[in-house]
Amino acid sequence: MTPLPLRSVRVVDLGSAWAGPMAGQLLADMGAEVIKVESRARLDGMRLGRPMIPVANHGDDLAGGDRGLWPELQPVFHGLNRNKLSVTLNLRTNAGRDILTRLAAASDVVLSNFSPGVLQRLGMDYETLRAVKPDIIVAAMPAFGDAGPLRDMVAYAPIIQAMSGMMSLVGYPPEAGEPLVGELQAAWSDTVAALCAALGVVAALRRRNRTGAGQYVEAAHLEGTTALLGVPMLQYQMTGIVPAPTGNDDPEFAPHNNYPCSGEDAWVAIAVRTDAEWKALTQVIDDDALSGDLRFANPLSRWENRRSLDEIISSWTRALTPRQVMERLQSVGVAAMPVMNIADQFADPHLNARETYAEIDHPHVGAELLYGVPWRFSDTPGGIRTPAPLLGQHNRYVLNELLGIDTDELSRLSDEQVVH
Amino acid sequence: MPRPDRSTPSPDTVPSAPLEGIRVIEWGEVISAPFCAKLLAELGADVIKIEAPAGDRAREIGPFPGNAPHPERSGLFLFANLGKRGVTLDTTAKAGIAQLHSLLQDADIFVENQPYAGLFDAGITEAELRRRHPHLIAVSISPYGRTGDYCEYAGYDLQVNALSGLSFGTGHTHREPLTTPGRQASYLAGLGGAFAAVVGLLARESASATGQGQYIDVSDSGIIATLLTGYHLPTFIYRGIAGYRSGNRMRLGLFPNCVLPCRDGYVCIDAPQLEQYQRFLNLLGDPDWIDNPRYRDRRAMSDRYPEEAENLIAPWFMEHDKAEILQLCLENRIPCAPVLTIDEMLETPQLRERAWFRDHDHPQAGQFRYPGEAVRLNGSPCRIVRPAPMLGQHNHEVFGTPRSASVPR
Repeated sequence: MTPLPLRSVRVVDLGSAWAGPMAGQLLADMGAEVIKVESRARLDGMRLGRPMIPVANHGDDLAGGDRGLWPELQPVFHGLNRNKLSVTLNLRTNAGRDILTRLAAASDVVLSNFSPGVLQRLGMDYETLRAVKPDIIVAAMPAFGDAGPLRDMVAYAPIIQAMSGMMSLVGYPPEAGEPLVGELQAAWSDTVAALCAALGVVAALRRRNRTGAGQYVEAAHLEGTTALLGVPMLQYQMTGIVPAPTGNDDPEFAPHNNYPCSGEDAWVAIAVRTDAEWKALTQVIDDDALSGDLRFANPLSRWENRRSLDEIISSWTRALTPRQVMERLQSVGVAAMPVMNIADQFADPHLNARETYAEIDHPHVGAELLYGVPWRFSDTPGGIRTPAPLLGQHNRYVLNELLGIDTDELSRLSDEQVVH
Repeated sequence: MPRPDRSTPSPDTVPSAPLEGIRVIEWGEVISAPFCAKLLAELGADVIKIEAPAGDRAREIGPFPGNAPHPERSGLFLFANLGKRGVTLDTTAKAGIAQLHSLLQDADIFVENQPYAGLFDAGITEAELRRRHPHLIAVSISPYGRTGDYCEYAGYDLQVNALSGLSFGTGHTHREPLTTPGRQASYLAGLGGAFAAVVGLLARESASATGQGQYIDVSDSGIIATLLTGYHLPTFIYRGIAGYRSGNRMRLGLFPNCVLPCRDGYVCIDAPQLEQYQRFLNLLGDPDWIDNPRYRDRRAMSDRYPEEAENLIAPWFMEHDKAEILQLCLENRIPCAPVLTIDEMLETPQLRERAWFRDHDHPQAGQFRYPGEAVRLNGSPCRIVRPAPMLGQHNHEVFGTPRSASVPR
């Protein structure tokens, strides 16, 4: 088996919540040794709170809440932190920060998603670290950026999506008279920022491997999210019209919508672009009103009459399940797919064949399903090798084996709540 | 692995862009593969884009200046193809395919998002690529991936968002689910593809590797179904909630976590921490309703009677405009921000003052403002040195003399 692509890369992961840990996870899935630095003095927010995992088996262990076993029973954390090691260092202590510096000096990458200024306070900024490790790569993920008027603004994913302009586009077309939707039920901008940071890190590693130079990588959430919005930016400049939500409309297609099917909240996504696709659709629907109707004679007229078209197609889809529509239309080359919720996705043969979910044994949960690796490398596929680490699970490996701190010293550091 | 002494690299003598010396051949259409290759160009790769003689479909899609369609003035094409050279090849002809192979001979990375049947007809399959170009890192980006039950199915962004679970929860409860706006899923796939491509390159170049490339199968739906389901998955497994549309609010959150109208548009508030919420209530002037037990359970306010709860705070927003709200929330450290429209975003001091936007001039389309780099590499800044290519602009430069029927005038 070919070794994993990033097997010789060591990453110090100071991330918390979503974006930082996911950037670390993307690198860990591809073989990097990612050491999550955390502490009972300041737990990753994803470890906090009453766990979703049923706790019947744990009885009194749970009495301690966030100080007991709760931090080990958080499934969202388990997804974002699989394949990592955990070392517990209390960064509020000088000794804790000193050890962190030594760990950074023995690593290739330091990754974090702190607010601007925190890295400097910890002595983990690029200028400080390059003195102890000249080719270090420091990757930060500020919300708005390291500078600028919004530098210190508190932000979660929806706030970034609001300021990027993306949120202004999520909704039904203005003539529908609906209030703006705005929200996607997912941490969109966190995921974009995680991918941007991971891309920046591997690009910086390639440059370092060739030149010996490290560097500072800044993946601001606002910039990453806005970097995907070039088309609406140009649309405004080119036409003078401020882009508004378009619902499921896309001028290259008609029909193009999610259509109601038989079943509760059941929908199917149908898109037709070419005349050939249109002809195939009309043959499947077998409705005289469609094939002979001049309103639907060409792509432009179909676009102009798309609302009438939507009604006709809905009356056909309503009698069928989403999967029946998919099978009938895909058999003639027309794009159709059930609009799936997570239950549908779990049962879907394609997503299962693609290993979209993977099972891993967690010491306190047992067999646990996590989201899988998003890409398939033919020779170095990566995968979920180890579950998310328990707090401090790898203290001995990291502190003793890597940094040479002897066991007496370790127990003293533990007593002093430096290793904590 | 031993590394040479690199303590004082000289910027004059060492290559400084991350993808210096890397040649990328992109056989892409519309968004995912083109955007992937554009990101690789930002990192300094030499990207050559292959188009059919009729051109990338993006050239027909627009937007266009003054709404006047023109193949050299499509905003989508101009954006997704920044920084590349462009050639035309008729890949439906044997000579065109032969030329594609000769381009791949000298390339490091190949990125494509062609329909399954087109790839098969052209013989550009995983097995054939690996046999003829063992050094090549081939990144295939497709709606469903190149394996599995749906790999030959037709699909666009609408189907990707349907399969990946993103559409189901987006939209108002009483309305149809919504896809992501402006085909955002395809851009995310391009971003994922760029990461995968550079990882593939690192694998090829690592000390023990044999210079062997590999085939990387990236699916638009796979990226979203994994990286954006971190909450959906456990919520279903442990609480049995398969998903529902909750309109303008994040489901299963803590009030306030919603999008609401204000005097001149919309605002978004997401203040889960108690201190943030308290600062917000202070800003509202500590209204009387906070003493009502019904309005003390923030989870119930978000999940069970959100409209009633949102009506408590809506009047305050309607009394203020976006600029005031941003200023007040910034001063009071409340995670709440205006929903900027695209024209407002273009004027955002945060993006302007940091010189993030880039102006690019195109000989036929003119000068426009584009997004800057997706990620800032301070030691090796963005390397976009040219606008998107005109159709076949670099045929002569890349192929030498135009010679075969597959190269149009």
